Amino acid sequence: MKSTLLKVDDISKTFGATMAVNHVSFELEEGRLLGLIGPNGSGKTTLVNLLTGFVKPDSGKVFFRGKNIDGKAPYKIANLGIARSFQMVKPFYELPAFKNVVVALRSPRVMKNVRGGKYGERDDVAIDLLEEVGFERDSFVPYRLASALPHGYLKRMELARCMALRPELYIFDELFSGMSMSEVAATLPLIERLKEEGKTIIMIEHRLRELLRIADSVIVLNFGSKIAEMMPAEILESEAVKKAYLGSETEME
Amino acid sequence: MKSRKNYRKERLDRGIKARSDSIYVLTSYREMLYMVAPRFVPVLLLLSLPLILKLSGQIYWLKVLIITCQVALLALSWDYLASVGLVSLGQAFFFGVGGYFSGALNHYLGWSPILAIPAATLCGAIICTIVLSPVVRLKGIYFAMITLVLPMVVTRVIEATKIFGGTEGLSGLTPLPNIWSASYLIIAIVLICLFGLRRLIDTDYGLVLSGIKENDRAIMASGTNVYRSKMEALFVTAIAGSFAGAFMAHYYRFVGMPAFALDISVLPVASAILGGVGTFVGAIIGSFILAPLSEILRAMGPLRTALYSLIMVACIVVLPEGIFHYIQRKYHQFERWVPFKGEKR
Repeated sequence: MKSTLLKVDDISKTFGATMAVNHVSFELEEGRLLGLIGPNGSGKTTLVNLLTGFVKPDSGKVFFRGKNIDGKAPYKIANLGIARSFQMVKPFYELPAFKNVVVALRSPRVMKNVRGGKYGERDDVAIDLLEEVGFERDSFVPYRLASALPHGYLKRMELARCMALRPELYIFDELFSGMSMSEVAATLPLIERLKEEGKTIIMIEHRLRELLRIADSVIVLNFGSKIAEMMPAEILESEAVKKAYLGSETEME
Repeated sequence: MKSRKNYRKERLDRGIKARSDSIYVLTSYREMLYMVAPRFVPVLLLLSLPLILKLSGQIYWLKVLIITCQVALLALSWDYLASVGLVSLGQAFFFGVGGYFSGALNHYLGWSPILAIPAATLCGAIICTIVLSPVVRLKGIYFAMITLVLPMVVTRVIEATKIFGGTEGLSGLTPLPNIWSASYLIIAIVLICLFGLRRLIDTDYGLVLSGIKENDRAIMASGTNVYRSKMEALFVTAIAGSFAGAFMAHYYRFVGMPAFALDISVLPVASAILGGVGTFVGAIIGSFILAPLSEILRAMGPLRTALYSLIMVACIVVLPEGIFHYIQRKYHQFERWVPFKGEKR
């Protein structure tokens, strides 16, 4: 019996008159991969922001390993072991790629637990991580300024930055958007490996084919409400999902 | 240069750059000189300047040098705070607090400058950091506005409550032993700050600081407490500012409301921008241009400010990137002629 890693209890957030997230609850067991889908503007990113402390919830609670984390500062949540990637990559453009990863290696969480306390060692660890996400090690690529790298590399650099924290829960906000087919194909095994290592993952994704292949369960959001939680195989057959994405039949006529 | 047969042009730094712009491989005496000379020569020049001025009897210019160093110190600390994304328009606040603290210790308690200056540097910095702690959460123009107004508020408070001598200020403070040792003290502090801050910003700690400027959300997501980092940067800035204030209080033997004056805030900012933001050396270069320039123009009378502003506008139009960035770029673009190897033409 696996233990519950994350428990979201009736969480809500309004922006003005919009109910961005409307009384959403779910539980996530350790080592599972949860997909989060829904049409644009359905509150997926807001939900991630609520979980990671970037937005404070109006009501509801979030428990990580039984500990209440809602309303905590983002850096505290990151140090507890929740790493997130951003949908819009905003790297440190003026820094070389590997230095972008070093920033995460300097967090209290990593400095306490992982080798690389000294200046030079952290650079090596960062380049190892970049190699894992597919940066060519013995080329100039890890040393290039982030501003000189293509978008797909920046997305994978974001993944390396998350991995640098050695978190227990990864939250990927549209990691695959903007990646080429071959980059996605190269990144998928890496995510499967993280899962095999026992990490828990939440993925927001529009690329359903890839997501449904690796997800254990999927939550569908629409207008801020959770409309379904089901197995990946059921998603494409579900009437509720079709309705959310394509509108109901009466509307279509 | 005329083109030469069987030779090609090569950049001087071609052979020593490895992988990125910041990693060098030095294998010969000349290559080392290429890297070390631009650092070494200005430092030697700066250290010999008081000696030259003293021997040639230019005491007036020695005084100008000390004022220049004060501006340089404030400009350096401004640049450090700007590297975290906090643009301060109130360097005079740090300067004034340090000055008044040291002045009060000397005037009321009779502490000698040797004790009063370090005490004022540390305590002044702590006071400044505590006062500004709620403001640090603000960004961009809002932080600039508050820091701009703060010294003015303090001036009015001193004027109204008549504390620390009111509008008269505190005069007759114990002077520094002599102008000679004073000039070397402040030059040493400027150099320590320059190389110390450059070293600090190059470490991983400094990396996180410069990351905050570019994207603080990613820094938060990476587990760093942004607020605390900003406070630490503010404290370092306040130390340099308070030292400058405490030093100048004993140098002038007076501290008063002019310590919070607007030009004490503005001149360092102008220097740092003129010299090139984010380099620290730029802040020094800028202040060694602007501070003496403002002294030279003193002879012009009322036209001084107009001419001064005109020169500054001209500099910024011609070199918007800052003087130091320009010099650095040109220095690395030096070329030499090398013979073709292998196939002959």
